[in-house]
Amino acid sequence: MPSDYASDPIPTVARLGREERWDHAKARLGFDRMGHHVRPGLYTLGSTNSESKVLVTANYTMSFDALRSALEGRDAFLLVLDTQGINVWCAAGKGIFGTDELLRAIAATRLAERVEHRDLILPQLSAPGVSAKAVKERSGFTVKYGPVRAEDLPGYLDTGECTEDMRRVRFDLRDRLVLAPVELRNYRWGLILLILAAVLVPFYGLMAIILTLGGLFLFPALLPYLPGKALSFKGMVLGALLVTPFALFQTFPTADLVTVIAVVAEYLLLVPWVGYLALNFTGSTPFASRTGVKKEIFTYIPIMAIMSVSGAFLSAFGALGVVGGWL
Amino acid sequence: MIEIEVLDLEQGSTIKPINTLVFHPDRCVNCGICLQVCPHRVFAPGERRVMMVNGADCMECGACQKNCPANAIKVDSGVGCASAMIMAALKGRDEVNCGEDCCR
Repeated sequence: MPSDYASDPIPTVARLGREERWDHAKARLGFDRMGHHVRPGLYTLGSTNSESKVLVTANYTMSFDALRSALEGRDAFLLVLDTQGINVWCAAGKGIFGTDELLRAIAATRLAERVEHRDLILPQLSAPGVSAKAVKERSGFTVKYGPVRAEDLPGYLDTGECTEDMRRVRFDLRDRLVLAPVELRNYRWGLILLILAAVLVPFYGLMAIILTLGGLFLFPALLPYLPGKALSFKGMVLGALLVTPFALFQTFPTADLVTVIAVVAEYLLLVPWVGYLALNFTGSTPFASRTGVKKEIFTYIPIMAIMSVSGAFLSAFGALGVVGGWL
Repeated sequence: MIEIEVLDLEQGSTIKPINTLVFHPDRCVNCGICLQVCPHRVFAPGERRVMMVNGADCMECGACQKNCPANAIKVDSGVGCASAMIMAALKGRDEVNCGEDCCR
């Protein structure tokens, strides 16, 4: 594959403008998912010389922008790898932000001729893809892992050290909620179907929409507070909590047999649905392991399948009963 | 060779590992790079070698294994993403990758 690395350093600035904010908003909302990349190469921030530090990042716009905006008022080289427009952590997990790409970038930008020193500062979360030892052996450059978050870079650069806090991933409310709009986009066709369904059967359609939105927005928000360890279980608990007001509305103060069947079917269909949405959130969290997720899939997918199938049969039975007049 | 597996202490079991992380303290050269790369503080500094103190929190990212110069850490690293695994299973592929809808 021909390298798209810029052969000469490209000047850039730390301050982000309206264009960048617009790009980030689109990325967060899931628009033009493949379009958020910057040209790989060596960028210069401020007035660099052969002693300037070199910080490495991915060529996803938000990765690059997080790095340069954290370095306001500083002079530095930014080495942007060709990670196919994918962020540091995801690219490192798949080896795209890896030893080979870093070596390619060093060679393509002729970094060794541009700096006297041999130190590279990499984001900590690129470590799954990069072998510091191999980089040293094959290029002479020493990889230093900086903090997880770009915002901690000023502290790291001033002291040369990371505090324990800088080394740990966090998953705060903001980090969790910022992911929801992209999830919304991923389920857009399902939601459009549900909106159509809501036109035909307003009560059930609305319930399904609220449950889906609950799974996409409320689930990440409430993640640490929902009981259980498996995300699927937490999601099913949330599903049950969200169905309950509807069920109470339908059955209070009295309910006939058809309503009871409908309510049971609602739980059987919607609880696993929110559980499934929650299961799919594992890849967005910074703590799910492959072994854990595999185990979770094998434990909870059968339960969800059995519940959904029973719910579908019960709904069909109830509907036929009402239409046939024997319920 | 001493193998220490991560034990599922919550279930009181002594044989059931909850992830694939294995630390060989006898090979550790105490360089400390695992302390730097681990995002979950699985390892802690020790006097002559690092200590694995929080193995259950390992998310199998593989950063420690990739950077350990002494091959003292083994982990079957991978991406803990259910939707990617389900998608891979549905499409009959082994490994998951980034696509239009995921991992940007």
